[in-house]
Amino acid sequence: MFEFIQYDFMQRAFIAAILVSVACGAVGTYVVIKKIVSMSGAISHAAFGGVGLGYLLGVNPVVAAIPFSIVAALSMGAVQEKVKISEDTAIGILWSVGMALGIIFVNLKSGYAPDLFSYLFGSILTVSNTDLYIMLVLDLIILMVVFLFRREFMGVSFDEEFSKVVGLPSTLINMLLLALIALSVVVLIKVVGIILLIALLAIPAAICKQYTYDIHKLMISSTIIGAILTSLGLILAFIFNLSSGATIILVLGAALFISYFIHE
Amino acid sequence: MSLNALEMKDVSFSYNHQQVLEDINFTIEENDFVAIIGPNGGGKSTLLKIVLGLLTPDKGEVKVFGREPKKALDLVGYLPQHTHFDLDFPIDVFETVLMGRYHGMFKNYTSEDREIALQALKDVDMERYKDRQISRLSGGQMQRVLIARALAREPKLLLMDEPMASIDPEMQNSFYQLISHLKDRMALVLVSHDVGTVSMHVDKIACLNQKLYYHGPAEEAGEGLEEIYHCSIEHISHGIPHRVLRKH
Ligand SMILES: Nc1ncnc2c1ncn2[C@@H]1O[C@H](COP(=O)(O)OP(=O)(O)OP(=O)(O)O)[C@@H](O)[C@H]1O
Ligand SMILES: [Mg+2]
Repeated sequence: MFEFIQYDFMQRAFIAAILVSVACGAVGTYVVIKKIVSMSGAISHAAFGGVGLGYLLGVNPVVAAIPFSIVAALSMGAVQEKVKISEDTAIGILWSVGMALGIIFVNLKSGYAPDLFSYLFGSILTVSNTDLYIMLVLDLIILMVVFLFRREFMGVSFDEEFSKVVGLPSTLINMLLLALIALSVVVLIKVVGIILLIALLAIPAAICKQYTYDIHKLMISSTIIGAILTSLGLILAFIFNLSSGATIILVLGAALFISYFIHE
Repeated sequence: MSLNALEMKDVSFSYNHQQVLEDINFTIEENDFVAIIGPNGGGKSTLLKIVLGLLTPDKGEVKVFGREPKKALDLVGYLPQHTHFDLDFPIDVFETVLMGRYHGMFKNYTSEDREIALQALKDVDMERYKDRQISRLSGGQMQRVLIARALAREPKLLLMDEPMASIDPEMQNSFYQLISHLKDRMALVLVSHDVGTVSMHVDKIACLNQKLYYHGPAEEAGEGLEEIYHCSIEHISHGIPHRVLRKH
């Protein structure tokens, strides 16, 4: 039954499941409580521009996605500050412009892009050691920033006006949070892919938020729930020979659905 | 020489070309206790937001304890008229109040900060709710928590925008008692429509309706203002919207 654990690629996949859950617990929690899920979706889609750029320049697409999605996230933040166009509109534009850029970059690189699909829909079974190291480093950065700025993130998420009034640099902190979302997106890309990842980022926190009002418990429980559900999706995908990213997302969706009923 | 808590010189402000404040000259001395009254839309909340540096005036000069508003925030406490937060947010009463103690990045809340926050909750008689999540409070209880958050800052200038909205009469009494103690420690500015009650407690009254029509001792406000009190007590207590100020 559990023979799959012997395979190297399965072991790497389980480690990847744990690494993504850390990002989901720490950053997904803010995404959910600050209600910036669709903005995060826009950042994740914009990251495809980075993946395409990576192809074009011949560097690891995941590495190329790091600066690209951070720039996309910060431009999103700048729009928020200026409010010349509505946030909703800006989200929609960033969403598709980022994707379009990625496609053009891939076009420019003559030849076939073999594993493009794995960035779009995820492929946890092909995660390499390099991918794991990148994810680990990004997780550590995320955890450190969240720890250092936990009061500020809490302040701007809860009551932005009041946080300004007590001298909290809210613009800077909002930007920092968007940059963290960009980093989380990169952590998640290989596992569920750009198109599906917003659900992985948001669902663990959305499930746990029903059961606790303590933000620390929320972060920890989201991490644990995220790791369990991602692993479960991975196992099901392996057994039934299904696409791993989609299976993980459906497991998360089902869990959210069930949790609502349990909570009621 | 002691600095004035607030000095506004020829301040004007407009929201997208709609003039809201015009040539305001307004000084608040240390330990002044001032009520700002005026009709809905008179610009009272806007004026407070300018003092807090949330809004920048079109012209004129604002100094809070001699500094730019944004540089004086550690000396100022604020109770907003409206809040925009999500009640379902994962935060409890105590953490909400503790936010008033924020003093900069990388500065942990100390045990002193916690004591001050707890004392502020005691002052508004909400101590027993300190671990309660904020969505499980009544409207008036929430208002008390926000008053505590403003008090916890231990400001030198405390700005309160309609603090008595949804506060029961008993708490209103103890609130006025509480702020009469605070008076020796800070300058207080209170926006209110309850002119009758407020005039019994404050030292000075400012009437604001785009311009500053009167600013002076409450008892010397003169006939005009007495008229205003009269009208406001009668009508506001009956819940009928009414222009508090005479037309000028
Ligand atoms: N964010 C805003 N954008 C545009 N106009 C605004 C905004 N806020 C307030 N105003 C306008 O500015 C004027 C002053 O508003 P303000 O909130 O300062 O009044 P107020 O004296 O506090 O009134 P109230 O007694 O109702 O609280 C009003 O005419 C209002 O329509
Ligand atoms: Mg107002």
